[in-house]
Order: sequence, then C-alpha cells, then structure tokens
Amino acid sequence: MGKYIEMIRMRFLMMLAYRTNYYSGIFIYSINIGAYYFLWSAIYGGQPSIQGMTVEQMTTYVAIAWMARAFYFNNIDREIAMEIREGKVAIELIRPYNYLVMKTMQGLGEGIFRLFFFSLPGMLIVTFVFSLQFTTNAHTWAYFVLSTILSFIINSQLNLLAGMVTFFTLNGEGLLRAKRFIIDLFSGLILPISFYPEWAQDVMKYLPFQAISYIPSMIFTESFTENEAVRGMMFQAVWCIVLIVPIYLLWKAAKRKLIIQGG
Amino acid sequence: MFYMSIFFQYMSQYVKTKLQYRTDLFVEFLSDLMFQGVNLIFILVVFGHTQLLNGWTRDEIIFIYGFFLVPFALFASFFNIWDFNERYIVRGEMDRVLTRPVHSLFQIVLERMELESLLGGITGLVIMSYAAAKLHLTFHWYDVILFVLFVLGGTFVYAGIFISLASISFWSDARSSIMPMMYNIGNYGRYPVDIYNRVIRYVLTWVLPFAFVGVYPSAYFLRKTEWYMYSFLTPVMGIVCFTLSVLLWNAGVKRYRGAGN
Repeated sequence: MGKYIEMIRMRFLMMLAYRTNYYSGIFIYSINIGAYYFLWSAIYGGQPSIQGMTVEQMTTYVAIAWMARAFYFNNIDREIAMEIREGKVAIELIRPYNYLVMKTMQGLGEGIFRLFFFSLPGMLIVTFVFSLQFTTNAHTWAYFVLSTILSFIINSQLNLLAGMVTFFTLNGEGLLRAKRFIIDLFSGLILPISFYPEWAQDVMKYLPFQAISYIPSMIFTESFTENEAVRGMMFQAVWCIVLIVPIYLLWKAAKRKLIIQGG
Repeated sequence: MFYMSIFFQYMSQYVKTKLQYRTDLFVEFLSDLMFQGVNLIFILVVFGHTQLLNGWTRDEIIFIYGFFLVPFALFASFFNIWDFNERYIVRGEMDRVLTRPVHSLFQIVLERMELESLLGGITGLVIMSYAAAKLHLTFHWYDVILFVLFVLGGTFVYAGIFISLASISFWSDARSSIMPMMYNIGNYGRYPVDIYNRVIRYVLTWVLPFAFVGVYPSAYFLRKTEWYMYSFLTPVMGIVCFTLSVLLWNAGVKRYRGAGN
C-alpha cells in the first residue's frame, strides 16, 4: 500500500513543479464557465425551469461539472498507449507493483493536485463573478464528495480499458479521441442527461457514462431528491464493481498478446 | 514559387503515407465525424427545450455551426501546432527546423499537416446547405466570393491565435495545457455573441476573436444587417491576427536557444 501512496505523492509533486501554467488555466476555465453561463441563460430565455431545473441550478450544474472534471479527468489512457508504443511497458511489467493500480494512483495524484490548485481557486473566482447557488446542507456535500470519488474511479476504469485496447491495435489515437467525445456527451458534462429525449435516456440507463458527471452534479445542485441521490450512488458503486471484470479479462489477454516495440 | 512546390511535394508524400494505413485513416474520419456530431447534438437537444436563442432560431444556429466547420477544418488541417512546445521545444526538434531553407513556421506547417481534417469542411458544407434550405436563404453570385474570403479570414483568425499561443513557449517552458481549453473557448464564437455579457463579447471580438470564425461572417449570409459591419471585418481581422502572430513568432525564434540534445 505504501508504494502506491508514494506514487500519488510523486505525481502530485511533479504537477507542482509545473504549477505556473495552471494559473493561466484558471483564467481560461473561468471564461469557459462564464460563456456557458450566458449560453444557458439565453437558452432559458424567460422560462423559469426546464426539466425541473431552474436557471440557477443549471448554471451551478455547469460550473460544478467542469470543476469536478478537473479532479476526475486524467490522461492515463494516453499514457498507457504511449508506454506501449515506446516499449516502456516492458520495464513497468517487471517492477514489483501492479501496473494498472499504479497508473490509477498516478491519475489520483494528478487529480488531487488539480483539486487544490485549480478547482478550488477557480470555484472561488467563479462564485464571485456569477450568482451560483451553493447548498449549505451538509448531507448534500457529503453525498457529493462520495459521488465524485466514485466518478473518479469509474472514469479511471474506463481510461484503463481504453488504454489497454491499444495493446491490441497498436495505434489507438482515433479510438482514444472517440472515447473522449463519447464521455463528454454521455457523461452529462455538456448537457444534463434529463435534457435528452426519452429514448436516449433509456439507452443511457444501461451505460456507465452518466456516473461520471451527471450524478455528482445533480446531487450538488440538489436537483436530485435524497432518494434519487442514494440510488445514483448505488448506480455508480455497481458500475465500479462491474467494470473490474472486463479490466481483469482484458489485462490477462493483453499480457499474453503484448508485443514489445523497441524499448 | 519554391514554397508552392515544396508544399505540394509534402502534400503528396503525406497522402502516400496515410494511404498505407487505411484503417487508421478510417478511424480518424469516424472520430472527426463524432466530434462534429457531439456539437450538433448539443444544439438539437437544447432546441428541444426552447424555440429561440435570443431571437435566433434553431436553423440559424445550425447554419452558423456549419459555417464554422469550414474554416475550422482548414485550420485543423494546416495549423496543427497545439503541441508545438512538447514536440519541438522540449525535444530540441526546433534546431532541425531552423536549419531548413524555408521559414520555420512554414516548415512546421508542412511537417504537421493533417489533411484528413478537411473532411470536416465537407460536413460543414452539408450542414450549411441543410440549414440554408430550411431557412429558404437566397444567394447572389458574389456571395461565393465573400464566402471564400470569410472562410479564409476565419482560418487565419484561428491560425493567428494558435500561433501566438505556440510562440509563448519561446519565452516560458511551461507545458501547453491551455491549448486544449482554447479549443473549447473557440466554440463560443459559434453562438450569437449578443447572448454574452459585455466582457465576454469583448473578449470574443477583440482579444480572442473567435466570433469572427462563426457568428459574424454567418450573420451576413443569414441577412442579419445589424451585424454586417462585423461580417465584412472578418478578412481584415484574419490578416491582422495572422500578421501579429507571425511577428510574435519571429521575435520568439530570435530569442530561441536550443534545448534538449
């Protein structure tokens, strides 16, 4: 366990070395959220609420979804693909840790860094500029934290899966890009799932994507009732467990199939 | 002339290498289409819940989106410099580029072209024609010329912004994590700028003039007379943006000291 915590720490320190570049990032993110804020205000026009969400809830939803993304987002799929292409994965495999767990921990180190140096200051700026609704309900906050941790796990699991597929295809750039668009669209980052037509919502019920962004953001804006929030987190937890199966199988197959290209 | 012939030689080499890996090419086309689809779905879903966006109809917004895709495709095909810092500065590749007989920026454009992105322009034209048919737009013969001018203007606006950003890496060695977010901001030029407040409208018009890639030029074809002044400014903005960025680039190159090995 100690070695994995060390991994988190190392990645955190590595990110810290590049922190200046995050200050400009906060500015850009704020413009981003600002533009979304006005876009949604215009979409609402005079309507008090759409699909049970008021315009304040909607703008808070957008802001929190993007800020939470800074935490759960990572590039471990690309890193895995690159380590395969460059042959580095051979060395990783003989080291005394589980490669996949190690990658996830690196992702977590990155996430924690962005949470403190990016999301929190960013959130502060955005709340000053725009009228966002922050709940004072401790329950909601606790649910939100738990739900965001679960969304980190699911997003990392999907990244591991996508990264491992490149074991088989060797060049997975297009695939990884496609995965990213799917996640942007179906995770609820750019649109709450409840805005989609019924049939699309029915399909998405059977996919893990809404666990990444939609559920935590809906919990945070209190657009979910307590019951729905608990059910949402159950949904996340189930997917966390279910996704272990394909990861395990793919990992076993990948190790057998692995061709080291140089190194 | 020399530049032209080099350009076409690189282009034909590029096509040859790409055709070697046809499945890859196919997957790339597909993921491009998905990218365009995501944005279109956003517009369609949003207009499932509202009739007008500050007085603009769904089809008008779709038209703007279609227009946006054309200059964006040109930009993405030829100015693929978002990872300039990692690719050229950190690895010391810039040293090699500087020894080449053409302008360093032109050399990078040649090396990094991605012609398959041009497909996005065709998607854009299809989306535009669909929206134009629904809106019963009529066009004059000279609209074609204006279209070309506006598209080129938009392309150079985009290119100018991204070249300027890439030039920053001559001064600071921070990794270029702002680039991907810039792509996001570019999206906001696709919506009528009058929905934003003054600050963001100002930013999108004069600081990061993304509005000249989407809403301003499209406003002309949508016959929104109140925006005509901005529409006709598009080519000018393109030239200004691009010139400034090249000047910045040249200043950066002068400052450049080799890194890496």
